[in-house]
Amino acid sequence: MYRYDEFDSRFVRERVREFRAQVERRLDGSLTEDEFKPLRLQNGLYLQLHAYMLRIAIPYGTLSSRQLRQLALIADRYDRGYGHFTTRQNLQFNWPKLKDVPDILDLLADVEMHAIQTSGNCIRNVTADHFAGVAADEVEDPRPTAELIRQWSSLHPEFSFLPRKFKIAVTGAEHDRAAIKAHDIGLRILRRPGTGEIGYEVIVGGGLGRTPMIGKVVREFLPRADLLSFLEAIMRVYNLEGRRDNKFKARVKILVHEIGAEEFRRRVEQEFAALDGPSVNADPEEVKRIAAYFAPPPYEELPERSVKLSIAKAAHRDFARFVETNVFAHRVPGYAAVTISLKPIGGVPGDATSEQMRIIAELAERYSFGEIRVTYMQNLVLPHVRNDELFALWEALDAAELATANASLVTDIISCPGLDYCSLATARSIPIAQSLSRRFADGARQREIGPLGIKISGCINACGHHHIGNIGILGLEKNGAEYYQLTLGGDATENAALGERLGPGLAAEEVPDAVEKIVNVYLQERSVGEEFIATYRRLGIAPFRQAFEKGVEGDQHAAH
Amino acid sequence: MPLIDATGFKQNGFARMTEGCSLPAGDVILPLEKLSTWREEVFSRGDRVGVHLPNTARVDEVWPLLDDVALVSIDFPSFADGRGFSLARGLRQRGFFGVLRAFGPLIADQMRHALGCGFDEVETPEAVIVRQPISQWRAALETITLRYQRGAGNGLSILDRRRAAREMGHRRFHSGLALARE
Repeated sequence: MYRYDEFDSRFVRERVREFRAQVERRLDGSLTEDEFKPLRLQNGLYLQLHAYMLRIAIPYGTLSSRQLRQLALIADRYDRGYGHFTTRQNLQFNWPKLKDVPDILDLLADVEMHAIQTSGNCIRNVTADHFAGVAADEVEDPRPTAELIRQWSSLHPEFSFLPRKFKIAVTGAEHDRAAIKAHDIGLRILRRPGTGEIGYEVIVGGGLGRTPMIGKVVREFLPRADLLSFLEAIMRVYNLEGRRDNKFKARVKILVHEIGAEEFRRRVEQEFAALDGPSVNADPEEVKRIAAYFAPPPYEELPERSVKLSIAKAAHRDFARFVETNVFAHRVPGYAAVTISLKPIGGVPGDATSEQMRIIAELAERYSFGEIRVTYMQNLVLPHVRNDELFALWEALDAAELATANASLVTDIISCPGLDYCSLATARSIPIAQSLSRRFADGARQREIGPLGIKISGCINACGHHHIGNIGILGLEKNGAEYYQLTLGGDATENAALGERLGPGLAAEEVPDAVEKIVNVYLQERSVGEEFIATYRRLGIAPFRQAFEKGVEGDQHAAH
Repeated sequence: MPLIDATGFKQNGFARMTEGCSLPAGDVILPLEKLSTWREEVFSRGDRVGVHLPNTARVDEVWPLLDDVALVSIDFPSFADGRGFSLARGLRQRGFFGVLRAFGPLIADQMRHALGCGFDEVETPEAVIVRQPISQWRAALETITLRYQRGAGNGLSILDRRRAAREMGHRRFHSGLALARE
């Protein structure tokens, strides 16, 4: 993991001091509320429905046990004993008091953490594949790149007052687990065909929200050394040309869409050519310095197969199921990555109590070199567990009610906080997630259905990624009543696709039935071994729509 | 409006030519659209010429007009509109060596953004200074003393400092070797 040097530490402390003074200056009237707002947002502090919300950066989703324990301490001391992991690998506290926030930031700085740019119209916290350094299909660990971008984007003097927020994601693998095509900039590390040189494919203009778009490739191969100057070129074009007349048209995706990908690309290349690259780019030595922190942990040489694991699986059915769903193959023989689901049946997706955080921190120390990952699916991962120790880990997780065996299954639901917390929301989303989770609670049935991603947003801003859910659910409001729109066929992976609308909106209580009908069509129509999304692609939306419409009509008849 | 640079308040040596008024005496900041009309007259009386740019100006288009222009003032219609920062950096990159001034309701907290993008000074409304006295502008600069970005503003970035430390390390290492050989 990355460790701060003296400069990083001083930098973060300076930002805390600055923020402390900004809070005081707001209270004494030096700053108006309008002036204070972007300053607090740039430090992750939102004013929500009931209280302030503080969003803490977990850069590229990597946490140490020590850091997770500190988050637990903050949850106990300054919040209500829990935190909420988000789809951008951040952690949100929902109940801090404004006057306490500077002290919370100091506690974060103690463990090399911060809340810099987790909000506001600036470059946001950089995300990456949660299986970085673990996945076998990886060209290179994306985290050194993400860390370099974290540093470069922090308090950037030129790009702190952009037209709108700006999100960057990096993957180093063939299979995209970071949804890079749904980001303002997506970077894919690749080898140049022929030479084998490492560089980046650069994708710009993806995004969800009210105008969902899949990003366009603006550079097929960017040499590694040019990364920062190329990013500056993109950002400058966006900062100057991005629309500022309408908040809803201000993201870079709209600019790319309006002027066309070709023209956008031309402007970026022109800006890039005019930039003095060497004065902006990081030295190769600096890149190496950062990369050294992400060297693999001291793995032991282990046999591929674990007898202990086989015996335990044979003896404990629940454990065998957990291994089937929540254990991910590791590139190193004898090891595995384990998903700790934060989606217990009927629970709030992404919530973890301080007690759970401490238990997970402890287990990470015992079984995973003290390392934890946060996934954009709002789960946690212990990335380096010995196969021999999977059973012991599972027992400990089970005792703490953290062994829900549903990773990537129908109850592994992504949900934004919705109207229960958020001032932008138009409808509740957590209760929808909970009712669906209860509807599909049966483990055998979930496994029969197989991988199926349900994603729920409580408004068109799409924090719950509904557009790229296999089944997407969008909560809206009309005449004071909440209703829900379903989309099908969204995909967050390298085959990124936006979902198609299924039909008219539904009342909250009708959602589980409708989802069940969709699932039933899939179960009926699928070929052997075919996942939901593949069946959908083969059949199109028609049979699903038919079942859905029948359902809606039937309900209306029943009501008459 | 008060003028502030990295050290504090500054005497404003330029007068602005405003809509419907005649050409002021002394050094003048002309609106972009009046630049070609009045520049020669200002030069001929031996005064300096400045120009005020909207933040939608393009570097490529204004660059040919900036010959002998001593000061470029860039408009910030609101403190939250950051276009002026990119325009300033673009001009510096292109090779503008004159004075760069940010004009508009910037707040004390943005002094470091302005300096980091190549501005020398900020001209902000009196109302801002009433709430944010000069001590706050100085404090803002003294609070954040480090930055990561290379090629932005004066002084060494963190990346440059790390490089310097590395080179120092190399030198120490090599002089150590030399000593050991002796």
